[in-house]
Amino acid sequence: MRKRPAKFRKMTNSLVSGLAVFSSLLGLFILGWILYTVLVRGIAAFSWEFFTELPAPPGMEGGGLANAMAGTLVLTLLATVIGVPIGLLGGIYLSEFGQHSKFAEWVRFFNNILMGTPSIIIGVFIYTLLVVPLGHFSAYSGAVALAVMMLPVVARTTEDMLQLVPNALREAALAMGTPRWKTTLNVIFRAAKTGLITGVLLSIARISGETAPLLFTALNSPYWFSNLSEPTANLTVTIFNYAMSPYADWQQMAWGASLLISVGVLSVTLFTRFVLLREKK
Amino acid sequence: MTSELQKEKGWISVRNLNFFYGNQQALFDNTIEIEPKKVTAIIGPSGCGKSTHLRVYNRIFELYRDQRAEGEVLLDGENILAGKQDLIELRKKVGMIFQKPTPFPMSVHDNVAYGLKLHYKLNKSETAGRIETALQQAALWDEVKDKLDKPGTALSGGQQQRLCIARALAVEPEIILMDEPTSAIDPVATAKIEDLIETLKGKYTIVIVTHNMQQAARISQNTAFFFEGHIVEIGKTKELFTRPKKEQTENYITGRFG
Repeated sequence: MRKRPAKFRKMTNSLVSGLAVFSSLLGLFILGWILYTVLVRGIAAFSWEFFTELPAPPGMEGGGLANAMAGTLVLTLLATVIGVPIGLLGGIYLSEFGQHSKFAEWVRFFNNILMGTPSIIIGVFIYTLLVVPLGHFSAYSGAVALAVMMLPVVARTTEDMLQLVPNALREAALAMGTPRWKTTLNVIFRAAKTGLITGVLLSIARISGETAPLLFTALNSPYWFSNLSEPTANLTVTIFNYAMSPYADWQQMAWGASLLISVGVLSVTLFTRFVLLREKK
Repeated sequence: MTSELQKEKGWISVRNLNFFYGNQQALFDNTIEIEPKKVTAIIGPSGCGKSTHLRVYNRIFELYRDQRAEGEVLLDGENILAGKQDLIELRKKVGMIFQKPTPFPMSVHDNVAYGLKLHYKLNKSETAGRIETALQQAALWDEVKDKLDKPGTALSGGQQQRLCIARALAVEPEIILMDEPTSAIDPVATAKIEDLIETLKGKYTIVIVTHNMQQAARISQNTAFFFEGHIVEIGKTKELFTRPKKEQTENYITGRFG
């Protein structure tokens, strides 16, 4: 038998691994570039007023985004309160009860589609569903839009995490005479706890940077958050408005808000990793 | 013979049990009497339906929607395969120990208390007493009495398995099913569990599936030999191992296949 020449194979190998390394470096570089720019430009906007005051009218000096920060917190919190329980229950259904039934397969299919639905479509959807009939923009329609964004993510991670729990544990709990729902809540949920928390945190991180769903629902406001049926200030729509404005100080505010969101999302993600790592030890 | 058996609780009478995985039939007309308060071993080569058969006794197979059983399994005279059977009651009467230890993700104490809370209304001191008794019956008390609040998963494999036995004993079942309970643990721990089964004999009906023929010979009074979904031979363990009536049984126990 003739031996295949090794030279060509080795060349291909170094070419492919070279390309792979290059691609990952490129990705990292761009990420680093974005973070660096946001950090440098954003930090210049940080000041006492930035964190404590209402936005100044156009042309006026000073002012801050305190109302938008509060608004984003309220919106995210409310969205979590609405979206997480429904998502968890959906995930429980898929993993523990529906399993491979026809209906469950359809739910799973549409859940994946919902996960891939552009956020602007969800924004417009909630706009026609809530904002138009009620006649005004409001915090709760914003929160509902964000909750719809969270739903498929929470449902999917819940199902995945519950599926990681070995069937032996389900059998053991059921064999003790535990009803199915109690098995899920007392035993399976406990075993999957870390994964479930991770899923919820990641879904929060995901919605905290969303603009489009809020543009049509919570809109924005120059005032403090007062009640849930009023338009509500939030960081992402503020970035959208301010970054496009012709005023230099507004643009700087937008950078500041961008940095704030980046730091927020990053800390949620890091906290998630921390939770996961601690569990592994 | 049946009338004699029926005097004591914990007897099982299986009549024409057929079992299906989807369209695939796995058990064929299994008919067997399980004597109460004795240890019955189920032996046979891999894939012969031993575990499948055992898993009918507490209807745990119903977790999987494509599995189904036909026929009669009488427990204290009642057909547990009938639709009206209450699964929670059934599983309180019939405990199960699995191949791999399955401690719940909670403390040693809560693991044993789990079934108690599920089936009984007890005050604190009653619960504590029952937990101690169960752990002592499972020969685990001395090893864990100082770490009842440690997670059950932190125990060694053999201890975990005895914890599962304690958990099953705590609810005072009549029958304990064991599905290869020692195949995932080391020989020393296995010996402890065999000793434990020896002490439970006479109090509970025990049905144990095992791959290990020596184990069956050591711990059981009756043995059933399964082959390709059929029950080939049932008899007193001593007789079945020394004077098997069927050729297939002889071939298996002498190591000619399986």
